Amino acid sequence: MSAVPSAAPNGAAKHAVEIRGLHKSFGDVEVLKGIDFTVEPGQVVCIIGPSGSGKSTLLRCVNLLERPTAGQVFVDGVELTDPDVDIDAARRRIGMVFQQFNLFPHLTVLRNVTIAQERVLRRGKREAERIALDNLERVGLADRANAYPGQLSGGQQQRVAIARALAMDPALMLFDEPTSALDPELVGDVLKVMRKLAEDGMTMLVVTHEMGFAREVADRVVFMDGGVIVEDGPPEQVIGAPRQERTRTFLRRVLHPEG
Amino acid sequence: MTARLSPRRRQRISRGVQYAVLIAVAVILILIADWPSIQRSFFNLEVAEQGLPELFTVALVNTVIYTVTGYVLGFALGLPLALMRLSSVPPYRWIARLYVEIFRGLPALVIFLLIGTGLPIAFPGFALPGGVYGSVALALALVSAAYMAETFRAGLQAVPKGQMEAARSLGMSYGRAMISIVIPQAVRIVVPPLTNELVLLFKDSSLVFILGVTSTQVELAKFGNDLASATANPTPIIMAGATYLLITIPLGYLARRLEARQEKRL
Repeated sequence: MSAVPSAAPNGAAKHAVEIRGLHKSFGDVEVLKGIDFTVEPGQVVCIIGPSGSGKSTLLRCVNLLERPTAGQVFVDGVELTDPDVDIDAARRRIGMVFQQFNLFPHLTVLRNVTIAQERVLRRGKREAERIALDNLERVGLADRANAYPGQLSGGQQQRVAIARALAMDPALMLFDEPTSALDPELVGDVLKVMRKLAEDGMTMLVVTHEMGFAREVADRVVFMDGGVIVEDGPPEQVIGAPRQERTRTFLRRVLHPEG
Repeated sequence: MTARLSPRRRQRISRGVQYAVLIAVAVILILIADWPSIQRSFFNLEVAEQGLPELFTVALVNTVIYTVTGYVLGFALGLPLALMRLSSVPPYRWIARLYVEIFRGLPALVIFLLIGTGLPIAFPGFALPGGVYGSVALALALVSAAYMAETFRAGLQAVPKGQMEAARSLGMSYGRAMISIVIPQAVRIVVPPLTNELVLLFKDSSLVFILGVTSTQVELAKFGNDLASATANPTPIIMAGATYLLITIPLGYLARRLEARQEKRL
């Protein structure tokens, strides 16, 4: 992939995501203290770090679920932090998967996946259902199309949530600790779906505690602590041979929790 | 008494005394009551016959019409009020807050009086569509909207924040997400309390008499009272009361069933 000259005017044009000087405060607490980073199209970037490091907040700033206190966010060259931007239109191209799945419990699995296609993309019912079933097939749940979310396991719900996001044809997928709320035996199925998605070339930004996934699937790993990016590089470096003491301390705790 | 009583024995004696008192009171009431007179006054079949079938075909029908129109209108007013209370726009919140405080704080009777006498003075020449039916619907709606707004607000707040976030992340606007995702879930949550509200409104519809209704517009309470005056016998009031219970007890039962079902599901 050819690098974008950083001096180019409107240099965001070719990055999938570009973040410049991002700050976010909740009241008096500054959670993000100046973040600059980019994601290239097709890249899988995993964000790791201790809880409270600001990684989820950073992810939620990418589709403006959290409004940055300062700084700029570009997705596909469009500045989302521009007050005049149509944020609903921009979000159509950014899929998001939540820790708590957030499926719509009053709708069937199929309807969960079709409703935004119909109401937002104005697709016809038949087309939306076809696309929904394709995507449910992709996550291995086409046979549960008529179930309600409450009838599914957590892992199944999360895979439906992935299908729901994919049905919108996103250019970028955000994952906010997608396996953290799952029973250990259900984690694998979700990670398998995400791995396949990465292999298909989806641009992915993943906040995760799954070090195995980060090591094997990510093109880049970003380690955050205390609201800043401490280390950013290929997984062999950040996880395999971290340069920063803070990264080493974190990884020691995660990989060998009993010391 | 020399020997101390065991707790069990003491409890049994105390229970026995309570029952004895209860039975004594009942016996005294039965003995001093004038049964033939009670039967003649409250359960007088000849008088009852005069009230049928209008008790059902006119009075009950009107009560249902007043209640349902007031309820539907109150629902239509209460939901936007709830959304305003949760709005990020301060004046909306203030207006909704003010409305709820005022109309929850006023007796329903006062609201009926204001609609009946105040509205024609404030807006001369303006007539509500439907005449008395319109006035009643409006008055009941104003009362119920305040309560329903608070119920809806609780329901909307009970929908997890993640639902709105998921909908927004799919590109839905705030309004679209509210209509398609949040409100349908909130309405489900508030079905039991809204059923209770229907019971309350059913009873409040008896205040219609304040507005001065004609014989075809009477509801249960006024119908009973009018016929009681005409026949100089309170039997029709008992009939009206029984008809209220015929509706309110099953509705109340339904509300409790819905509530129990919901608790099980959560």
